[in-house]
Amino acid sequence: MSSISIDGARLALHRKRKAVNAVALVLSLGAMVFGVFWLIWILFETVYLGVGGLALSVFTEMTPPPQAEVGGLANAIFGSAVMVTLATLVGTPIGIMAGIYLAEYGQKTWLGRITQFINDILLSAPSIVIGLFIYTVIVARFKSYSGWAGVLALALIVIPVVIRTTENMLSLIPNALREAAYALGTPKWKVIWSITLKAARAGVITGVLLALARIAGETAPLLFTALSNQFWTSDLREPMASLPVTIFKFAMSPYENWQKLAWAGVFLITMGVLALNILARVLFRNKH
Amino acid sequence: MSKESAPHGGPPPMAQRTPWADGLFSVLAHGAAWLTLALLAGIIVSLVIGAFPAIEKYGLSFLWRSEWDPVNDEYGGLVMIYGTLMTSFIALLIAVPVSFGIALFLTELSPGWLKRPLGIAIELLAAVPSIVYGMWGLLVFSPILSTYVQQPLQSVFAGVPLLGSLVSGPPVGIGLLSAGIILAIMVIPFIASVMRDVFEVTPPMLKESAYALGSTTWEVVSKIVLPYTKSGVVGGIMLGLGRALGETMAVTFVIGNFNQLNSLSLFEAANSITSALANEFAEAGEGLHSASLIYLGLVLFFITFVVLSLSKLLLMQLKKGEGSRT
Repeated sequence: MSSISIDGARLALHRKRKAVNAVALVLSLGAMVFGVFWLIWILFETVYLGVGGLALSVFTEMTPPPQAEVGGLANAIFGSAVMVTLATLVGTPIGIMAGIYLAEYGQKTWLGRITQFINDILLSAPSIVIGLFIYTVIVARFKSYSGWAGVLALALIVIPVVIRTTENMLSLIPNALREAAYALGTPKWKVIWSITLKAARAGVITGVLLALARIAGETAPLLFTALSNQFWTSDLREPMASLPVTIFKFAMSPYENWQKLAWAGVFLITMGVLALNILARVLFRNKH
Repeated sequence: MSKESAPHGGPPPMAQRTPWADGLFSVLAHGAAWLTLALLAGIIVSLVIGAFPAIEKYGLSFLWRSEWDPVNDEYGGLVMIYGTLMTSFIALLIAVPVSFGIALFLTELSPGWLKRPLGIAIELLAAVPSIVYGMWGLLVFSPILSTYVQQPLQSVFAGVPLLGSLVSGPPVGIGLLSAGIILAIMVIPFIASVMRDVFEVTPPMLKESAYALGSTTWEVVSKIVLPYTKSGVVGGIMLGLGRALGETMAVTFVIGNFNQLNSLSLFEAANSITSALANEFAEAGEGLHSASLIYLGLVLFFITFVVLSLSKLLLMQLKKGEGSRT
């Protein structure tokens, strides 16, 4: 008698556990669908509205005044390309050297540990604060917004990303490789430069590409460093237009031609950033 | 080494050729590391100097003064600080359960062939520039939110004491709620990928033992994986919070940029630290206005610094435990 009721209670518990499990798993599946849903929706709208705004004039004409018939984003695209390239050139060597320090010199030292900690914080620090920093240090001092200020602000965002990936990639290199090189009498700098860094090359390049992708879409640090410019300029001492800042200005406006250009710009940036990300992944995967 | 040099027993030729290279390289590497530290110090010092006129005038009372009046040169940061904290809170409220679900799916449920593409999809969501979220939020999402969510909610909750005031205000799809939702979409990939990574450090032995005793998947996750990775999970949430607090563009587009604190409503346009900076800073004149804005930036940097440090410490704690417990 009693064994039947115990079995009944067990069965009920079993059923309840299975039900809870099923609910949890369905919710989890729902969460996954929810996450992917936004990605698809955002990409769909970007492509749909962006392609609609795309035309040859986007690449050849300057940013137009409100409600003009023609106009493009040529100066903004050029400004973005210049600033992003220079920022990568400035930030990458510093990032790689600091990454080398963390992986090869400072692994157990207090400086190494603190640098690593600070770097992880800088990696996620609000980018607008970087803009404020460059503003107070450079723009306020020279009394003018300039392309160079924008370059420096972006470079400061590149550095932590490159440090992080360089350090991670160098730590993956087996110590036997270093020891073999030392055993041959190679000086330390040569070991790092021609053995470990070379072996970690794909990973380091991946990091640089990811940093490039990150700053290509950054708006906040440019708002009060490079500002914007309605005209074509290749003089970095002047305010310089960039794609994200131009999109910001145009998208917030009520003018139809500006909004259309903003969508075209968003399409270009999104595709560029996603392409860089995928390229970085492919590159990294081929090597590992 | 050639045969001639070996009998002499001299140092390796490479070291002879560039005796200074080793030292130089080491100096460069050390210098780059010091530069990173100097960067942090520089940010703090320059912000304090820039904000000094405002710090001198208001002191800490800046944090709870609510008037922001450039015309009469009176400033207080309460409205923006509230906006920043409230939008981040809404974002976490949505993002944490969803991220947990995604991480659970990716580690325990997903068939092997789906794991990688889905993981990449989530990581790509993190790579989309924030301005894209912002513009999409303003032009695509907020009209939909207004018609299909806000207006029905208002008609349902009109007159209900607390909920009614939460959903009062113009249902235009711009304000705290939509900024919070956009932020949630933005931080989900960050939190989800940290959670997935920490879930994967749970020793398979522990999980398999639990399965062998007849546990369901949910029981394994909630009673084995989650307690084991607790600090990592909280660290991931903190990382997401740090991102949400400092996000600029996505918020600026949809929060409405309106300084008010008269109602509890989540539909009302508001302002956050980042959106105030983005909108006002370039136009602010020298003096108290820009100093107050820099003060706001300093407050933001301080909050994110604390949150991100906590996140880092919690994640490090998990890593340390990993060594001792497995």
